[in-house]
Amino acid sequence: MSVAFSETGRAEVERLLTRYPERKAVILPALYLAQREFGYVSDEAIVYIAGLVGTSPAEIEGVATFYTMYNRKPVGKYHVQICRNISCSLLGAEHLIEHVSAKLGVRPGETTPDGKFTLTKVECLGSCGTAPVMQVNDDYHENLTVESIDRILDQLP
Amino acid sequence: METVLTTYFVNERYRRLDTYRQYGGYEALKKAFAMDPGQIIDEVKKANLRGRGGAGFPAGVKWGFLPKDLSRPRVLVVNADEGEPGTFKDRLIMTRGPHLLIEGIGISCFALRAHACWIYIRGEFVREARIVDDAIAEAYAAGLLGKNILGSGFDLDVTVHRGAGAYICGEETSLINSLEGKRGWPRLKPPFPASVGAFGLPTIVNNVETIADVPWIITHGGGTFAALGVEKNGGTRLIGVSGAVNRPGVYELSAGVNLKDIIYHHAGGIKDGKKLKAVIPGGSSTPVLRPDEIDVSYDIESMGKIGTMAGSGGVIVIPEGACMVRSLSVLMNFYAHESCGQCTPCREGTGWLKRIVGRIEEGKGREGDVELILDLCDNMMGRTICPLADAAVMPAQSFIWKFREEFDRHIGEQKCPYGNRF
Repeated sequence: MSVAFSETGRAEVERLLTRYPERKAVILPALYLAQREFGYVSDEAIVYIAGLVGTSPAEIEGVATFYTMYNRKPVGKYHVQICRNISCSLLGAEHLIEHVSAKLGVRPGETTPDGKFTLTKVECLGSCGTAPVMQVNDDYHENLTVESIDRILDQLP
Repeated sequence: METVLTTYFVNERYRRLDTYRQYGGYEALKKAFAMDPGQIIDEVKKANLRGRGGAGFPAGVKWGFLPKDLSRPRVLVVNADEGEPGTFKDRLIMTRGPHLLIEGIGISCFALRAHACWIYIRGEFVREARIVDDAIAEAYAAGLLGKNILGSGFDLDVTVHRGAGAYICGEETSLINSLEGKRGWPRLKPPFPASVGAFGLPTIVNNVETIADVPWIITHGGGTFAALGVEKNGGTRLIGVSGAVNRPGVYELSAGVNLKDIIYHHAGGIKDGKKLKAVIPGGSSTPVLRPDEIDVSYDIESMGKIGTMAGSGGVIVIPEGACMVRSLSVLMNFYAHESCGQCTPCREGTGWLKRIVGRIEEGKGREGDVELILDLCDNMMGRTICPLADAAVMPAQSFIWKFREEFDRHIGEQKCPYGNRF
């Protein structure tokens, strides 16, 4: 089944094309758009973007899979990404990951059966001064404790 | 102490154009337009402004590498990929003072005769990218970007480009590939970006903090900026302190501040009244220091003399009771995850380091494993296109050289003496 961006999405691509001297430079932003519009970067989205920028689906696939933030498979409504790097680990991130894993009943990399949460261990989020840190979808949550992480996750609709 | 960047950061409204201008914002840009581009570059050289991304290359000298002929358009790319573990300062500039960056871009592009600039912001910084985007829109609306800026006849377009989760894209040639819509694979040099960079054009890549320092340099003069630091290291630095300290955060301090003072005075000393065990002084790639080594000036040359680096200004503090093998294991996992896979010594080597350090931590280390790690390091260092392999080797070697007894004990006792926990 083929897919296409919404009118807003297509306008966004047109605007982006004016900001670079080469068409292919819009591949990264177009992959983000695909994720926003279709929920994840599907095979159909790859073929569609290849058509938009005038290259092969293989090239788009190569780019999409190089970067960690493009989801080639659907993720939960909330993508819970907990930093496991050094500054966060020194302040208890390993314990937080175990806690959230037990709370949600999934291992890192898995999605809850109701599709609400995906738990991922991630590398440095660049917020080491307010460690431990997690990112839920676009938002950072900092200075985490077991209590605050519970509160944050429990409040998500 | 005089501050260059953070002076008004306490005011949340400083990120908005009207407030920024109330504090004298964009006056430096006006002043720059009345100068000759060559004069601006001379001021930046005089300022002893060293690149704040980690390598510490003199910014004015880098600018001088652009070809003299103007037949091909040249471009500026700002590196806001901030991914080195322990580093979180550019995020502060982007959220608290985005116009400092944009004004710095205006002056720098005028000096470089560049009419296009991209700000490459790491993908996870969604909020930061929005704030910078909003500030760019304000600047366009006020005639501070776009065509004929402030009636100077100078045109400049600035665009935010978001990364998508790859540490390697902080390396400038990898960042350029990523900007072009490719996988973030580092390029062989030469050609250097100054001659063939983004979209085949002469390109200068500078860190956020480096560019944000430029307006102050133009307002106050390169010599004044230089005097805030020490010899060869002008100005202030944003230093991020994280890990086991009482007051983690970003501190703007003289480029020649003492490292011990950063930890004990500014960051309030070690958390929970513990003793200090180790300091990773300039981001996770920089060789670790023992407590008896930290009474040193944080400038690039002094840190080099003791075999480490001030790097990207990320001081990571490790307290007594934390396992050094486990700490190294965390870092080796990181580098193995982030190797782009292009060069064999790095692709294979970082995986080996991860597995060997990992098994030592798990209590399955073998006799000779420590020697094997050191041998691997010798086969990785300096043998790859970019410095990611070196970045993995430097902590591996230094953790072993300085905390060898912890590795030996793990192997001898076939367990982690700290119970496999932090």
